[in-house]
This record gives sequence, structure tokens and C-alpha cells, in this order.
Amino acid sequence: MFTFTMLKQRNGSFMEIPKSFLGYKRENGRAGTRNHVIILPVDDISNACAEAVANNIKGTIALPHSYGRLQFGADLELHFRTMIGTGCNPNVAAVIVIGIEPKWTKKIVDGIAKTGKPVEGFHIERTGDIGTTMNASKKAQEFVMWASEKQREECPMSDLWISVKCGESDTTSGLAANPTVGNLMDKLEPLGVHLCFGETSELTGAEQVCATRGATKEASEKFMKTWSSYNDFILKEATDDLSESQPTAGNIAGGLTTIEEKAFGNFQKIGNCKFIDVLEPAEEPTKGKGLYFMDTSSAAAECVTLQAAAGFNIHLFPTGQGNIVGNPIEPVVKLTANPLTVKGMGEHIDCDVSKILSREMNLSQAGDELIKTTLRVANGRLTCAEALGHREFVMTKLYRSA
Amino acid sequence: MATDIIIHDKKDNVGVVVIEKITPKQDCACWIMEDDSSTNIQSLDEIPLGHKIAMVDLNEGDTILKYGHDIGKVVKSIKKGEHVHVHNVKTKKW
Repeated sequence: MFTFTMLKQRNGSFMEIPKSFLGYKRENGRAGTRNHVIILPVDDISNACAEAVANNIKGTIALPHSYGRLQFGADLELHFRTMIGTGCNPNVAAVIVIGIEPKWTKKIVDGIAKTGKPVEGFHIERTGDIGTTMNASKKAQEFVMWASEKQREECPMSDLWISVKCGESDTTSGLAANPTVGNLMDKLEPLGVHLCFGETSELTGAEQVCATRGATKEASEKFMKTWSSYNDFILKEATDDLSESQPTAGNIAGGLTTIEEKAFGNFQKIGNCKFIDVLEPAEEPTKGKGLYFMDTSSAAAECVTLQAAAGFNIHLFPTGQGNIVGNPIEPVVKLTANPLTVKGMGEHIDCDVSKILSREMNLSQAGDELIKTTLRVANGRLTCAEALGHREFVMTKLYRSA
Repeated sequence: MATDIIIHDKKDNVGVVVIEKITPKQDCACWIMEDDSSTNIQSLDEIPLGHKIAMVDLNEGDTILKYGHDIGKVVKSIKKGEHVHVHNVKTKKW
């Protein structure tokens, strides 16, 4: 694989990497970079009530979404895994769950309760929106006032669970922004952090090379099985080919020509790390520290939502042309190497690494800059996406409902 | 040192424009990242930031190499210095 001369010459970081950050310690031993109290609707028809509660009680956030009725099989399992995982995320201090009926509401409450954090469920049938809003609001007020007294404490770097995904990529992503993330991974992996990359579809063209990066034969085989299953689905459903979707119009405007080119650029995000396991969408990693591959869509909001539901507490998002995505519970740190993107839409960019292109900054320096930005955000600095109100919470749906 | 074009890997037959644009007949400085070496090329087309330039003459059916890997095939012959994109290169995937 391609390696960076500068990195090899300088042998890693120019700075001493901090060993800790300030996070919120949770009941189950995890640590959060945020302290949200969320109002989680089980299903689409409970959004109105959840939003009413969040409007009543300041400092809470509702997570409206479009699904949760008449789903079945693997699709329903994914729905529950995403709901429960979102509630369990250590960036969440406490949860109000609101569903139309008691059974699925309780299932989600019970799943979240295993973390030991405060969680309470409400169902709308027999009470209506107004009564449920009042009952849930009283509990939400109690939760948010309790959570507001939580203090940040020193946590080891290994409490960081970092997910990555790139979007609106162009050739500057593959040249500089994605390798910057890879450089961060190479430097932080030895400190015991959890790392996660996904985007099954956007590894198409680089899948054979990606498979060789499995830490074990099992991990490599599991990756190829996951990718092949995705590719079979594309071949079955596609009416012509993916040329209209992959690369996207934004990618092509940025100079990316083929999906292979996009895939090899995408792949730069994992640096020289090897992945230890392959996760189902929204599945919590269980094999300890290290890099995981998650089977996800390449749509930004869907992918980040799944990674947050798996327990990742900070996200790095390299972009070329300027994807603006955020997530309600997992802060999304944006970086770009495209100077035109920095110039035109700087309010979306947390970390500017465009100087790599002019050779005023090398990759290791860029990696250090990104580590600094990541730690500031982990310690509480708002990301651009948070300040701008980006709270894209998008459930992945596997197939049509019953 | 000013760089107009970055090439990932020595094996690559395309480079990426990293200034706002290059214009026809411009003498461009190229940086090959893999071994930190330099080379030059004269452009034939106007090529915007992030877009690719052919480092050698390429014939229909040839493979485009970037990151040292196969990223697609030439569908219309390309002269050294010309713009390489969707009008002359296609994926081998579908």
C-alpha cells in the first residue's frame, strides 16, 4: 500500500499526544463527550408527542424519525437495535421513550435500562398526545435537571470511540483529508481507542484490497461475505448500473471519475490499521479496542446514525465538496483539504487541512491538528454542525414493511 | 515549493490538479508523494482543481492507475497533458 514518506521520515507525531480528555462518566463504565437528555419516539406517529415534550422541557432533544410500524424480521431487529443503541450511547445521560403502544415501548426501555442510566417509557394509546405529553414532560424535567449537575471528569483516551465516514468526496479527500484521518487512526490506535469505518458500497472497487486488511482470516472472510451480499443486492435491484449514483454528481464535479477511484480514496481513512471484526449495522463492538468495519449504507446521516447506535461517541467526517451532516447525539467533526470549500463554506469546517495540497503542511502535522480538534470537541467545544443545528437522525430500513 | 499537480504513487499514469485551475500550455510542477520526488508536465487542456491530468499518452482499453491501483479503463484515447475524466474513462465494475 501507499505510504507517506514524510510520516516515515519523521516517525509519527510532532506533538505529544494527550493521554486523557474530559468526559461524562456513565453508570456502565463508558464515557460520553456530550450529556444529552433525549426524547426518543418508538415510531413515526409518536414524533409529535416527543417534539412537544422537547419543546416544553428546555435542554432536552427529540429524535423524530420515519419508521417503527409494521416492520418485521431483520428490519425490525435493526430498528430495535438502533433505538436501544441510541439510548445506550454514553453521550446520552437519560432517555424518555414514547411509543404508540406499551409492548415495543417497554422493549426499548428495558434495553436501555441495562446501562443503568435513567430511562422511562410512555405510551400514547388510552391517554392521547396531550396527557402523554404532560406525563412525559414531568419526567423529562426531572431527568434534565438531574443531568445538568453532571460534571466532566478526566477520562483516558481509550474511552474515546471514534467513528469515521466521508462525504461529498472529491480528489482532495483521497489526497489529503482521508489520509489525515488515517494518520490520526495510526497514532490513536495504540492508545486503546475503539475505531469504526463503514460504507460497504463505497468500498466497491477496492474490496479485494480492503479484505487484505482484516487482522485475522475470519475478519477478512466476514468482510468479503458482507461486501458480496451487498453487491448481489445491487446487481439484483439495479435497473441499469450505479453510474448515475456512484460516483455522485458532487463527486464528479470534484474530479472523481469512477467508483474504484472513490473507493481507494475512501480507503485512505483507515491508515495502516487492520480491522479486527465486521459489525452488523448498529451492532455494538465486543472484541475490545481496535478498528471495526461496520456494514452500512454510504449515505452520511444513515451511516453516522448506525455508528452512534453502536456506541461511538465522536465522529470524524472528511469532506471534499462540503457535506454538512450532523447527528443529534454524536458530535461530527468535519475536515477538508479543499481550499475552495474552506473559502466558500468555512462555517461547516472544524479542521482545515488544505495546506497539505500546497505542501505547507505534511500529513503528520495534519494528523496532529485533527487530534487537537478532536480532543477540543471531546472536551465540549461545539462542532460546526452542532452550532448550525444539524441533527440528522436517519434510521436505516432494510426492506418494505408488512 | 509550489506544486500544481500531486501524483500519489510512482506507478500512477494520472496526477491531480491542486491549484484552482491549470490552463492550456501551462508548465506544471508535479509532486510524487510516494517517494517525495518531483517531475514536470505541460498541460494541453484547462483542468480545474481536483481533476486529473494524463501523465502519459493513453490508448483505448488502457488501465488508469491511481494510488497504484486500477481505477478504470480508457474509453477514448487521451494525450499526455489532457484532462482525464468521465468523458474518456469508465469504471470496469459495470
